[in-house]
Amino acid sequence: MQNITNFLSHFFVTGDPMIYGADASIALASIGIVVVLTYFKKWKWLWDEWLTSVDHKRIGIMYIIAALLMLFRGGVDALMMRTQLALPNMHFLNAEHYNQVFTTHGTIMIIFVAMPFIFGLMNIAVPLQIGARDVAFPFLNALSFWLFFFGAMLFNLSFVIGGSPDAGWSSYAPFAGAELNPGVGQNYYLIGVQISGIGSLATGINFLVTILKMRAPGMTLFKMPMFTWSILITSVIVIFAFPAFTVALALMTIDRLFGAHFFTIAAGGSPMLWANLFWFWGHPEVYIVLLPVFGIFSEVIATFAHKTLFGYVVMVWSMIAISFLSFITWLHHFFTMGNTAPVNAFFSISTMLIAIPTGVKIFNWLFTLNRGRIEFTTPMLWALAFIPNFTIGGVTGVMLAMAPADYQYHNSYFLVAHFHSTLIAGTVFGIFCGLHYWWPKMFGYLLNEKLGKWSFWVFMISFNICFMPMYFLGLMGMTRRMYTYPAGLGWGPINFIITIGAFGMGLGFIIMALNIVWSAIHGKKDTTGDPWDGRTLEWSTASPAPEYNFAHIPTVSTRDAFEAMKEEKREGRTKPQLPFKPIHMPNNSGIPFIMGGFMFVAGFGFVFEWFWMGIPGLLGVVACMIARSFVYNDHHHIPADEIERIERAAGRLS
Amino acid sequence: MAESILSLDSKDKKNMPLEYTTEEGDLRIVGFWIFLAAELVLFGTLFASYLVMQSHTAGGPTARDLFKINPVMAETIILLVSSFTCGLGTLELRRHNTKGLIAWLVVTVILGFAFIGLEANEFYSYAVHEGAPISRSAFLSGFFILLGTHGAHVSLGIVWVTSIIIQLAQRGITAVTARKAFMVGLYWHFLDVVWIFIFTAVYLTGLVI
Repeated sequence: MQNITNFLSHFFVTGDPMIYGADASIALASIGIVVVLTYFKKWKWLWDEWLTSVDHKRIGIMYIIAALLMLFRGGVDALMMRTQLALPNMHFLNAEHYNQVFTTHGTIMIIFVAMPFIFGLMNIAVPLQIGARDVAFPFLNALSFWLFFFGAMLFNLSFVIGGSPDAGWSSYAPFAGAELNPGVGQNYYLIGVQISGIGSLATGINFLVTILKMRAPGMTLFKMPMFTWSILITSVIVIFAFPAFTVALALMTIDRLFGAHFFTIAAGGSPMLWANLFWFWGHPEVYIVLLPVFGIFSEVIATFAHKTLFGYVVMVWSMIAISFLSFITWLHHFFTMGNTAPVNAFFSISTMLIAIPTGVKIFNWLFTLNRGRIEFTTPMLWALAFIPNFTIGGVTGVMLAMAPADYQYHNSYFLVAHFHSTLIAGTVFGIFCGLHYWWPKMFGYLLNEKLGKWSFWVFMISFNICFMPMYFLGLMGMTRRMYTYPAGLGWGPINFIITIGAFGMGLGFIIMALNIVWSAIHGKKDTTGDPWDGRTLEWSTASPAPEYNFAHIPTVSTRDAFEAMKEEKREGRTKPQLPFKPIHMPNNSGIPFIMGGFMFVAGFGFVFEWFWMGIPGLLGVVACMIARSFVYNDHHHIPADEIERIERAAGRLS
Repeated sequence: MAESILSLDSKDKKNMPLEYTTEEGDLRIVGFWIFLAAELVLFGTLFASYLVMQSHTAGGPTARDLFKINPVMAETIILLVSSFTCGLGTLELRRHNTKGLIAWLVVTVILGFAFIGLEANEFYSYAVHEGAPISRSAFLSGFFILLGTHGAHVSLGIVWVTSIIIQLAQRGITAVTARKAFMVGLYWHFLDVVWIFIFTAVYLTGLVI
């Protein structure tokens, strides 16, 4: 009995009233979901329509729902930190708890918010933009999603079972090693992120093949929409960066579980190797979450300036240049770790070089706006706010890139302000922009403009209240990851202002959530499929797009293909209605979900070093792969009369 | 005739090998090449880590103390021959000879087993008899994980080839089974290439330097 009590008190995180509150809310939410699904008899619907779906649009929606939930959690983490730092000598969180909270905040925001949100938007938009009926590998796409989902669930379990990781999102050795960081928290980080990372790699391969091989006839590479271009380049970065991270995480896991010495100080290990491997992935990762939003902003700015994008070819080459440079700048994350001057100089210059293609893009967006008929919709507001706010983040990045000066800024709040300026004003503004822009395509109705603008203004102003003072706080000497500070350093008032800004951003997010709920009931229906007077092919089909996307695959002759089609129509050149043909579509499959479940079981086993659980879990994964290999009947046809019925119901037949 | 999910321009597929004749096969083979590119980065990272760690023996056994040329040569020859027999299988695939293809794949699997057996024996003797387990030094950590990752790939390859042998026996050579047999061949040759680098960067340099 004593043993059992002892085990349970270590297994479950105990002793903190906030954790008990979280336990209770998790239990209540889970029971609530089960009760609602059972009461409304929705289990079969959930399984058939969503959990087994291989439709890129549904997978995209599931990615976005999961990412929004994770954004909520990451945001609560941020508010907990800001509460703790609001005043000097606060005791809201203790040092250990604070470490856990900044670790989960960083990891969740990058791996479980920014990436899945972008994957969600690209799942929804890319196949539609290139005139395809799905991605190249729909089954693999579902698998990617479920690996991400179960990886995220495993990671999030840590704070109620076993304890959270506390070594920062960058998880530096030797602190993250077994000797200095015993317990399961760090294992959760390593294995949860690993599982979702495998899914990310598969997504990269999937979208690269999709874009290279499945474009509508006539759509040459340089006629693709800019968002599709950004995803093509991002996919290449994913493919070359993620395997390095896979290895880094695996090596640290082996260090911790099997006593190897890759990153230890004893027995010849090299903690610096971790920093190199981590940032060899970590820096390209920054561009994995930035280039796609550059694509989104390009689409949105062109659409609402009602002009074609300025400098299209230069835009593409700038992104290619950025993607190349992103692989040779990783060392700027640790200029201060004792590299030689020539090494620091090389990485200093390579980092500054990135400002050139990025600056080119900024000017191209400005020139797109020049003499445009600008329409201030919610997505456009996010895009317009991105330009100045992101530029501030970029310029301070160049300041940090100067290695000698970095010795002053390094790991200060100046750095914290810099990367939040790029990741919030870039990535977060971008995903919100894309969410509002493609929402009608996902659900067939628009988000409310008034609430949308309120959430924009509240969030954007609060963002500046939160992060502008942080630059000065950093120059005044406050370093990142301090859990408290004494009075009398002059940091108190600035920290208080920052905390006000942080809560303001939370309020902006709540207004956005309200907007989603309100619009689900009262939102304006999008009956045309083209609510924004769009320029690219996703707006040429119904909203929401039918399962097969396009009844007829469009033929493309120019950039802004849909704009050209509308032009033709205005000139009275209409094409004759072709007869419908049956469409070949992939079958749903439960294997991705089950395989993700086995991965979760295996991951949980390895977190606790319970090999009796981990190894059968992995065998289950292999069994799923074999089972899938023997499935031959994996496609079906949608008959022509069914297509005609669907098209007629959507009002697309005259 | 059904319109396909894929919107490829219709090329003349008649002169293509069987595995490329469907659009799906074509896509998957391209995807698999890209996957192999990612695998290259994965092994590249492991090689880099190993080479950094090579001299970090922490007073424990060095490469020269441990490595013996005979078992390593045996492993190398067996794996290279298995790649050759796998290639002969692809040749039979092109000739639409199901039995020949299956026979060569079976030989490949047997050689794969022999390789894994020898490697497991080598690992066992290092870890148990020579006092050189993974936890002894950073050099040994790098060694076991680089070779172990390759060995795990070969083991998974054995499972994969076996499943394709069964499918070939059930269905004969079709566009789908042809694509699968072709892809597993790419995978097997890739592992062979990785081994050549292991042979050079780990064993030869370990024995000489």
